Amino acid sequence: MKDFEFQTATTVDEAVSLLAARGQRARVLTGGTDLIVQLREGQREADLVVDIKKIPELMELTYSAGAGLKLGAAVPCYRIYGDSQIEAAYPALADAARIIGGWQIQSRASIGGNLCNSSPAADSIPTLIAYDVTCHLAGPQGRRTVRAAEFCTGPGKNVLDRGEILTMLEFPAPKKHASAAYLRFIPRNEMDIAVVGAASWVQLNAAGDTIEKARVALAAVAPTPLSPTSVGEWLAGKPAMPQTFAKAGELASQAARPIGDKRGTVEYRKHLAGVLTKRTLAIAVDRARGVATSAH
Amino acid sequence: MAKKIHVATTINGEPVEFLCEARQSLLEVLRDTLNLTGAKEGCNNGNCGACTVLLDGQPVDSCLVLGVEVEGARITTIEGIAQDAHLHPIQQCFLEDAALQCGVCTPGFIMSTKALLDRNANPSEHEIRFQLSGNLCRCTGYDKIIRAVQDSAKALAAGGRRTTEKTARPNGSPAKQAQTQPR
Repeated sequence: MKDFEFQTATTVDEAVSLLAARGQRARVLTGGTDLIVQLREGQREADLVVDIKKIPELMELTYSAGAGLKLGAAVPCYRIYGDSQIEAAYPALADAARIIGGWQIQSRASIGGNLCNSSPAADSIPTLIAYDVTCHLAGPQGRRTVRAAEFCTGPGKNVLDRGEILTMLEFPAPKKHASAAYLRFIPRNEMDIAVVGAASWVQLNAAGDTIEKARVALAAVAPTPLSPTSVGEWLAGKPAMPQTFAKAGELASQAARPIGDKRGTVEYRKHLAGVLTKRTLAIAVDRARGVATSAH
Repeated sequence: MAKKIHVATTINGEPVEFLCEARQSLLEVLRDTLNLTGAKEGCNNGNCGACTVLLDGQPVDSCLVLGVEVEGARITTIEGIAQDAHLHPIQQCFLEDAALQCGVCTPGFIMSTKALLDRNANPSEHEIRFQLSGNLCRCTGYDKIIRAVQDSAKALAAGGRRTTEKTARPNGSPAKQAQTQPR
């Protein structure tokens, strides 16, 4: 690995000014599970690495039923599923946090880092889109927010400007009769990159028999995580039953526009997008009805 | 010559100071600077877990931690878990259950096992397989390792003494059984 300068920032302003001064030659370090590999293997170069996980704001993890979840951009995955209240309120987030790499990776890797790495196959991004998370950014021009669905702009590319960092992910407060699930397909049991991933969020009516609102998001079927609004719109008002989930799966399959590569062909990925959409809808509906359902 | 940075940390309960370049991983520092060669370099990209150490109690791949990041941290390596002349019960069970062949993955498996049993004194086979999925073994196969973890749990519950009964080999292939379990 080529040598670089290392700085630990303790405030957002300090991180932003360090990064803004170097532009593309500076890289942000949180868990390092992507960055260190990229630097070592020459996929990225950096003159300066700025560790931002000593910034208290970026390590914030607070939940209340009324205000929702504030997930600091550098909070490692294990703290999410290690908190039973958060796991109960946002089960699809725990679904994703539990399967990003193995335990050693989850001890370091953050959901914020997974988002900023902006891989089309990232396990947490469909979940962020499904929950309609608001991304809080800070940069030389000040602070702004972006919806999770609009964060990624291409493989490894996103809306962050020069010197700008993600500070926090804000999850809306959980609603009654609503829940979500994330599943991915890999050819082994654990520790692999998604061939396809799918997250579904549903809002049921009080009787629990009709879907009032839904969002579906897919990983690894497009240059960015994909949020096919056609599926969510079609689901609104439909009965919460297996035939509905299957039809929504067909729509997700049609919306997917994957490439074929060593992980799977175009046809295979489109098929998987349908199957995983169908299954995550079924799990999300069970959970919204109060049935404890494990996705793994 | 790149500028070296001073780092003060705690390794296996002892205060340790070292100098390292920003680009050096914790694994390189442990092995090359501090002569703690128990943690192994396998893949050097976070897949195999052979370099697993505990960082503030959490299992991490030391190849994916920069040496400069451990300022003020508390690190436990495989060298730190035996007490005096006695192997840690987990080490003893791995030895007695023949849960190793070449041994390169073993320090990582033992550190992950310690992290698991520190949190869950009696994990199910499914939990063991899930929590150890970040550690790869390319020669023994996993069944003996799983049994060594189960025996370690029993030994630790018995106050560190090896219980006389070893975990019986289940009928059929445990790997296949695990795959057919509902996930």
